[in-house]
Amino acid sequence: MIQRMINATINGMPVKVPDGTSILDAARSAQLKIPTLCKHPDLLPTAACGLCIVKIAGQGKFPRACATPLEEGMDIVTHDGELTEIRRSVIELIISNHPNACITCGRNQNCELQTLAAEFGIRSDSIKRYVRDIPMDRSNGSIVIDFTKCIKCGRCVQVCQDVQNVSALSFLERGINTRMAPAGDISLAESPCIKCGQCAAHCPTGAIVENDETVAVWEALRDPELFCSAQIAPSVRVALGEEFGYEAGTNLTSKIYAVLRRLGFKAVFDTNFSADLTIMEEASEFAQRFVHGKGALPLITSCCPAWTDYMEKFHHDFVDNFSTAKSPQQMLGVMAKTYFSEKMKIDPAKHFQVSIMPCTAKKYELERTEEMYASGHKDVDIALTTRELARMIKQSGIAFAELPDDEADSILGEYSGAGTIFGVTGGVMEAALRTAYNFVTGENLPKEAIDVTPVRGLEGVKEAEIDVQGTKVRIAVAHGMANVGKVLDRVRAAREAGEETPYHFIEVMACPGGCIGGGGQPYGVTDEIRLKRAQGIYQDDRDCQVRFSHENPEIKSIYKNFLGEPLSERSHQLLHTHYKPRKVYKK
Amino acid sequence: MTLEELDSYQRTNGKSKNWIRVGLDTGGIAAGGKEVLASLREEKDDAGYEVDIRSCGSCGLSFADPTVEVQVEGMPTMLYGAVDAKTAPLILREHIGKGHLLDDHVMATRKRATSLDGEKQTAVLVMDTCVVGGDKTKFFQASFEQELKVHGFGDEIRVYRAFDMGLYDRGLCAQLFPSGVTFSNVLSPDIRRIIKDCLVEGKIVEDLLESESDPQARVVLRNCGKIDPDSLEDSLRNGGYRGLRRALTEMTPEQVIEEMKASGLRGRGGAGFPTWLKWKLTRDPESQRKYVICNADEGDPGAFMDRSVLESDPHSVLEGLMIAAYAIGASKGYFYIRAEYPLAVERVRQAIEQAREAGLLGRKVLGTDFCFEAAVRLGAGAFVCGEETALIASIEGKRGSPSPRPPYPSVKGLWGMPTSINNVETLACVSAICNRGAEAFARYGTEDSPGTKVFAVTGKVRHAQLVEIPMGYPIRSVIFDICGGVLDGEDIKGVQTGGPSGGVIPEKHLDAPISYESLRELGSIMGSGGMLVMDERDSMVDVAKFYLRFCVDESCGKCAPCRIGGYQMLQIIEKIYRGRGEESDLSQLRHICSAMKSASLCGLGQTAPNPVLSTLRYFEHEYMAFIEGGHAYARKIRQQQKEQEKVAS
Repeated sequence: MIQRMINATINGMPVKVPDGTSILDAARSAQLKIPTLCKHPDLLPTAACGLCIVKIAGQGKFPRACATPLEEGMDIVTHDGELTEIRRSVIELIISNHPNACITCGRNQNCELQTLAAEFGIRSDSIKRYVRDIPMDRSNGSIVIDFTKCIKCGRCVQVCQDVQNVSALSFLERGINTRMAPAGDISLAESPCIKCGQCAAHCPTGAIVENDETVAVWEALRDPELFCSAQIAPSVRVALGEEFGYEAGTNLTSKIYAVLRRLGFKAVFDTNFSADLTIMEEASEFAQRFVHGKGALPLITSCCPAWTDYMEKFHHDFVDNFSTAKSPQQMLGVMAKTYFSEKMKIDPAKHFQVSIMPCTAKKYELERTEEMYASGHKDVDIALTTRELARMIKQSGIAFAELPDDEADSILGEYSGAGTIFGVTGGVMEAALRTAYNFVTGENLPKEAIDVTPVRGLEGVKEAEIDVQGTKVRIAVAHGMANVGKVLDRVRAAREAGEETPYHFIEVMACPGGCIGGGGQPYGVTDEIRLKRAQGIYQDDRDCQVRFSHENPEIKSIYKNFLGEPLSERSHQLLHTHYKPRKVYKK
Repeated sequence: MTLEELDSYQRTNGKSKNWIRVGLDTGGIAAGGKEVLASLREEKDDAGYEVDIRSCGSCGLSFADPTVEVQVEGMPTMLYGAVDAKTAPLILREHIGKGHLLDDHVMATRKRATSLDGEKQTAVLVMDTCVVGGDKTKFFQASFEQELKVHGFGDEIRVYRAFDMGLYDRGLCAQLFPSGVTFSNVLSPDIRRIIKDCLVEGKIVEDLLESESDPQARVVLRNCGKIDPDSLEDSLRNGGYRGLRRALTEMTPEQVIEEMKASGLRGRGGAGFPTWLKWKLTRDPESQRKYVICNADEGDPGAFMDRSVLESDPHSVLEGLMIAAYAIGASKGYFYIRAEYPLAVERVRQAIEQAREAGLLGRKVLGTDFCFEAAVRLGAGAFVCGEETALIASIEGKRGSPSPRPPYPSVKGLWGMPTSINNVETLACVSAICNRGAEAFARYGTEDSPGTKVFAVTGKVRHAQLVEIPMGYPIRSVIFDICGGVLDGEDIKGVQTGGPSGGVIPEKHLDAPISYESLRELGSIMGSGGMLVMDERDSMVDVAKFYLRFCVDESCGKCAPCRIGGYQMLQIIEKIYRGRGEESDLSQLRHICSAMKSASLCGLGQTAPNPVLSTLRYFEHEYMAFIEGGHAYARKIRQQQKEQEKVAS
């Protein structure tokens, strides 16, 4: 169907946009930015802030540009003296209900309200400040909420309820006392929160931020007794640069290795390596279940801790379908404190392992079960988000962009292209298929079939049938928790009807876009940025000489020298975990 | 129910039977109506009167609650006001037993006859209609009685003190009974003239005659206080479901919409959107399901029009909802009633149940292809849930916050389906229009605002009550001619209309005719029909503060301009009211008003500044008096307000 085009006038300029385009987006296409504090490109308009009001010729009221579709022949004014004055008044009102604490705020210099206040030249507190005193919520180790900084834009609530289908956050009370809080006025830790951090990623101010643990890392680095090592997750390499003026998607792997060493880490590993390890275990699991019928199908990926938390709370009838292979973060942690420490003769008790993750839920994963202490110690001591690493780099005074390239430490550093694509939705599936194909058929995928394109892209649910030498493997990939239900419901329906499962293998990532859009990534993510980061990842894959996890030489040697083979007893002991039903509400 | 069965209900001829009806709406009950009913029944059982005693809704005369209407063979139907359990038995003994009326309770008819037609007059109702200068009613009564004796009528004609005559500040007034011929400004010498001319010669004393009947027209309130709201039969005997019958059997849905267009009916909830257009916009989209909703979330302080209609004549609203459903193609409807109206909820639920049992709801209504089901949903006490999108969210079980429009509910409403939301009064008009025709409705009112409008007149008014007047009628006449002007004769300062979304209309503009446009021009709005009278002692800063506080309390908190703007304005006004204001506060107020008006998401926020803006427009000097007078002035005013409150309570 050809989309109807709408012709209208904005500030005297003719514009032509597809039918259904909002005035806000139409203006953007005409190089006009209408201010807003509530509308986010990922979300439907809530129309809460009142800043994007415009004038439409012939209409007495001031409609909101975010929520009003452009109509044929509309004559719109987006900026004039009156609108600017109203907008300034609204900003002044919002500021009057917001603490004057920019200097000590987690979003200082990166806050949408602060930016607007600067742009509108607000120079005094003309309206008497009223901020209700509400204690912060630090109950959950991943995310910290400062309710006083909340401007009630509704983005976090919408993302938590509609995008993630978790509904941990809601609005309570009304009028000036309206506040965003966990539904039922309980603590975040008692709520259904899955720690994905999408609320923080979408918050325009410093009301929701990651739990900053940089100080603890600095202390560890300063401790002469400790051997500090680091690992960086696949998606961090293509996003960190945004904090230093790089274009989104720029792959900075080598510079990140270099900066981590300069920060004082004695060993630098790559989570991509352990992603290959995860694939070895998971692909073996799949082959066992698919070929030998040992275990439930579909096999469902479990490397995303927000997703596993969600599943344990909301879909625990799928516990048996979960891959028991640990996530790359945990696999690297345990390998660092066993295999690496053993080899390098480091006391694992003195080995301090820090992971750099795109994710706030990774902080939770560190202590998820006792199995996260498989090395006999906490396998990973601290998980930092990409944003926290950026802050550490800035504090260290290192001119990041000028750093020479460096390499990761061998034995836990080399990675294949399959490992790197873990960072994007569909990537785990693609990587697993590349290896599972080999495990099932004994051969590698033909070169032209290495890119499993049907699982790529930002479509919420992606389905495909992969031909494994005549046998069809039915797969599904979902990201954004609200998309998971549909996929699982299909499996349930088939299960109840006694029919064959509609899928053999399902990949799920909590955050839209996968880890590249993770809750700990640099602020300001949109689909445009997600696609750029994904491109960076896929380029990294193409640039890798080895594109199959099972062909990563360091992987081969770790099995040869330490683990034996995938799903061996040792593997099970160190690299696998289990899941169980959890209560949605702890209170 | 078949068409034939419906048609078998004929209008009852009230004269054939003795009956008593006690007004038992919320107001009547609060004033002791239930005790009156019990007392009447007890007396009936004890003394064995042949009379049917039932409850009915409210006739709207709140000042006279509880009211009792009596019909006894050979006498016109009479209304008694301010009846209590003690006087109630007297109605049976005197009125029914002896044909005598009750002093100080009998209400004179507001239908004023202009000729006697040779009818024999049996009584005179007298009343002093002025509030100042002491009540001379008793003296007047004695004079009349004496003069009657002189003329030999001493035994045949009695003189009663009326509770109300619907006439105010017209001196001593007298009404002849049963004709209803009424004289005003009667001086002592006139008594003899009235007796000689009227009672002896059967002529009229032209120079004293009050020839104009009450200007009210009862369309919405047509059955209120006349029928038993608990009885479907009573409704059917009084024209109930005749409009639906006509719509279903004689008109296509499009013709029903045309009929609404011809009637010129505009939404009575406040905004005045043409009803026909709302229906057409809801009818047009293709959809498997559509909904109609009756908005009964009446929440303006002092407004009780919708409550009264639902409590007094629920079937008229259900009928209107069914007609709306037929017009737009819906088969399911909801009454969204605020939980603070338990009696209205009970009566609507009962009406739905009765209609269902009678086959007026359900499949194949009246043997046609129209199917309809109705249900009640309760509002949990949020004013903003009267806003359409918030109301829909509330029914869907979500937080009652408004959503941006478009999409309008007519396209995407309840459960995402096209939905028409109409106010209680609008729907009561709809059933009347379908029954009596568009022309009969449009005969009332003005060209732009046809029909009648119900107002709840309260505040510093002598007789608080529900008034239904044709549009175009001046505000001043509503206050002075129908409701008796200001309580204890003070000068009027202004009238607040439209509730918290409205404004204060100052005395100098009270001659403005009531219409959607005229009130808007004056900085107020029609609103749902609250009319609050304020006298010279009322502080306009206090009034603005009161309404603003209401909006601040009721703001849903979703959008920043309303959530914070209202709160900050209230802080400033409270500061001024405490005598700590500065002149710059007024410009700050105007600034915030403008932001709130322009940038708030829904009607609540957009109109919340109106009470402030309109008082600033007409009474800025009062704000300045607080600012210039400081603490001392503020204390003085506060003291005055307190004293007034004491007197009022």
